[in-house]
Amino acid sequence: MIKNDIYELYQTMERENILLSFKGVVTSDLLSSVLSIMESKMDYMDESPKLKKKVFNVLVECLQNLYHHIDSNEEQDRNFTKIEVKSALFMIAKKDDHFVIRTGNYIDNESAIDLEKRLDTINGMDKDELKKYYQDVLSNGTLSDKGTAGLGMIDIARKSGNKLEYQFLPINDTNSFFCLNIKID
Amino acid sequence: MENLHLEGSAKTPSIHFDAATGKLELKGRSIPENSVEFYKPLNDWIDAYGKDPIAETSVDVKLEYFNTSSSKCILDLFKKLEAISGSKTKVVVNWFFEEDDEDMEEAGQDYQAIISLPFNIIEVEEI
Repeated sequence: MIKNDIYELYQTMERENILLSFKGVVTSDLLSSVLSIMESKMDYMDESPKLKKKVFNVLVECLQNLYHHIDSNEEQDRNFTKIEVKSALFMIAKKDDHFVIRTGNYIDNESAIDLEKRLDTINGMDKDELKKYYQDVLSNGTLSDKGTAGLGMIDIARKSGNKLEYQFLPINDTNSFFCLNIKID
Repeated sequence: MENLHLEGSAKTPSIHFDAATGKLELKGRSIPENSVEFYKPLNDWIDAYGKDPIAETSVDVKLEYFNTSSSKCILDLFKKLEAISGSKTKVVVNWFFEEDDEDMEEAGQDYQAIISLPFNIIEVEEI
């Protein structure tokens, strides 16, 4: 029954204390709206300005990752409709003393291998190593045509202060679904 | 030469580059999806200013937030300033951060480690 499904979804979101969630195509306008909603929501919260800034920063990077990634998925294989491939999921939740940002998106298996390597490298580093790594990529890297600097995940790891939890779910021969879970405290 | 003044927006900082006083200010937030387009006129302005700068140039960076796309463009901007710093002008960077905002303080230190310009990292109550 549709009614029950909606109630279940509502209860799950209530239980998880989800402040905002979205599934669909991530556009520049959407990012502006989401960031503005999250800023006003956090204005009313008792959290320290320091934590709010961290959440906002990490959110910007996570959402822009989705935005740029979806853009690069433009030419896709026939296993998916265009909408599916351009679509992503994200949610922001508040749990006890910390925030959680979760994202999910399709990724081709080749890119998944590279991304996994990068995430493992980042997760293997402590605070000082991350700082050094960030400075190296910043001073030696170049911007892509899309304006991405290859710094997003390093920055997320530095600002969140936690390991990047991730999973790649195999979908078919060419694609996986990438799940990212970031705790910010 | 003409000054460069840009109003801030939800994703871009306000810009006040004044050739007569040698004071350059970036203030607000810099989080556009692609920063290249926004920073291009700033770099062009510094190129033009560098041909006939005044003796002392100060750059005030008062950012609340910036994304990683901007971080690279900000580095390129500092590199331009590094290049014009010498016999004609002395460039100083003032990097501001809000109380307790360690991330923004560290960001200033990141640039300080890469760029060979005098850097003042300054804590203020509010940007």
